[in-house]
Amino acid sequence: MKRKNRPVRLWAAAFWLLVWQGASMALAGTTGGRMLLLASPVQALGRLLALAGTGAFWQSVAFSSARILGGFFLACALAAVLSALACRLRWVRELLSPLVAVVKAVPVVSFIILALIFLSSENLSLLISGLMVFPPVYLNLLEGIEHADRQLLEMARVFRVPLGRQLRGIYLPAVLPYFRSAVSLGLGLCWKSGAAAEVIGLPAGSVGEALYTAKVYFQTGDLFAWTAVIVAVSVLSEKLLLRLLDAAVRKAGG
Amino acid sequence: MEIVVRHLCKSFGDKAVLRDVTFTAGRGITAVMAPSGTGKTTLLRILLGLERADSGTVEGLAGKQLSAVFQEDRLLEHLSAEGNLRFVLGRAYDPDAARALLARLDLPDTGDQIVREFSGGMRRRLALARALLAPFDALLLDEPFTGLDRENRDRALAAVRETAGDRSVLLVTHDPDDAAGCRVVRL
Repeated sequence: MKRKNRPVRLWAAAFWLLVWQGASMALAGTTGGRMLLLASPVQALGRLLALAGTGAFWQSVAFSSARILGGFFLACALAAVLSALACRLRWVRELLSPLVAVVKAVPVVSFIILALIFLSSENLSLLISGLMVFPPVYLNLLEGIEHADRQLLEMARVFRVPLGRQLRGIYLPAVLPYFRSAVSLGLGLCWKSGAAAEVIGLPAGSVGEALYTAKVYFQTGDLFAWTAVIVAVSVLSEKLLLRLLDAAVRKAGG
Repeated sequence: MEIVVRHLCKSFGDKAVLRDVTFTAGRGITAVMAPSGTGKTTLLRILLGLERADSGTVEGLAGKQLSAVFQEDRLLEHLSAEGNLRFVLGRAYDPDAARALLARLDLPDTGDQIVREFSGGMRRRLALARALLAPFDALLLDEPFTGLDRENRDRALAAVRETAGDRSVLLVTHDPDDAAGCRVVRL
């Protein structure tokens, strides 16, 4: 029987958890048996369960999710409009080209620090996650639009098919697979950059603030618990959005 | 209505594709005949406004609604036959007229079938049905019967004659059988 090509095999995950446990115990030996420097996997899980039982935990998750995913959706909307314009108007593409290159190349912390000069920390993660997501989504959409079938577009032109119908029938099936890749890449990016922005900006009641507090008080259990939360929400939102997109791709026949 | 083509020339780089083409197509079907690779498709693309001629003039098509069968089928693969017709016709889509024409072209009960599953001959006939159902002042057909057997070709040609009536039809072909009974212009 052919073995499934899973990205993570159970034995490999178990191995690294054991390494983590071993490292935690070894470091505990240097601090009189107390796992201060590196919490064990069991401690981290315990802290996660304890935190999940509090209202403040869910408020923090909601606060950060709203801003980080908000930034993601705003960036997608902006990228959709600008990529459509850039395909029609050469000067729009030329104008955006250096901006996209700069956003791709400049480290995210530089943007975070710069943005903090002008903005309150509360909505910093919205701006930063949007900024990081915009280039891949814009570039992928641009490529998708350019891959729209020229022969079908000519056919639509001859038959005088209205633009709305062309968008649904020709452009959408061409663009959706590219948009899917961009979403998959962008969602991971926006959670990483959004969390980094919160850790630096420290907006009250955010996941980033909780991470920072855990670092200051050496609460490595909390640090791992909050990190697990970020990973979980990131993966969940990606899976949910990709499932919705796959349904749209199937419907559009892309 | 007449389509008047005068001294049309077109080159791609050093290669001259059309050299001083002149003809007039009146009402009914005019077959434009030439061997393969002698610029028939380029001529049709110029008449459809998809290509610009280097020199020469075309009269009689400005502002007119054109319909066409292209050299390729140019169908939306992910849509059904009906979806393809609706894509072009929009609210003007008449299910009864579409069903009748599809049946006449030997495509009965295929309206719901996805085009991806169609054979080459079925695609060609659907492309022809689309061109015939769309409103037009002039109909331009580029090798529309490619891949059809004699029976289906005769059916298709009869449908073109009947639908077009006395409107102008330009039928580009390399096959003398396609042009049977039509006025013929040789490039």
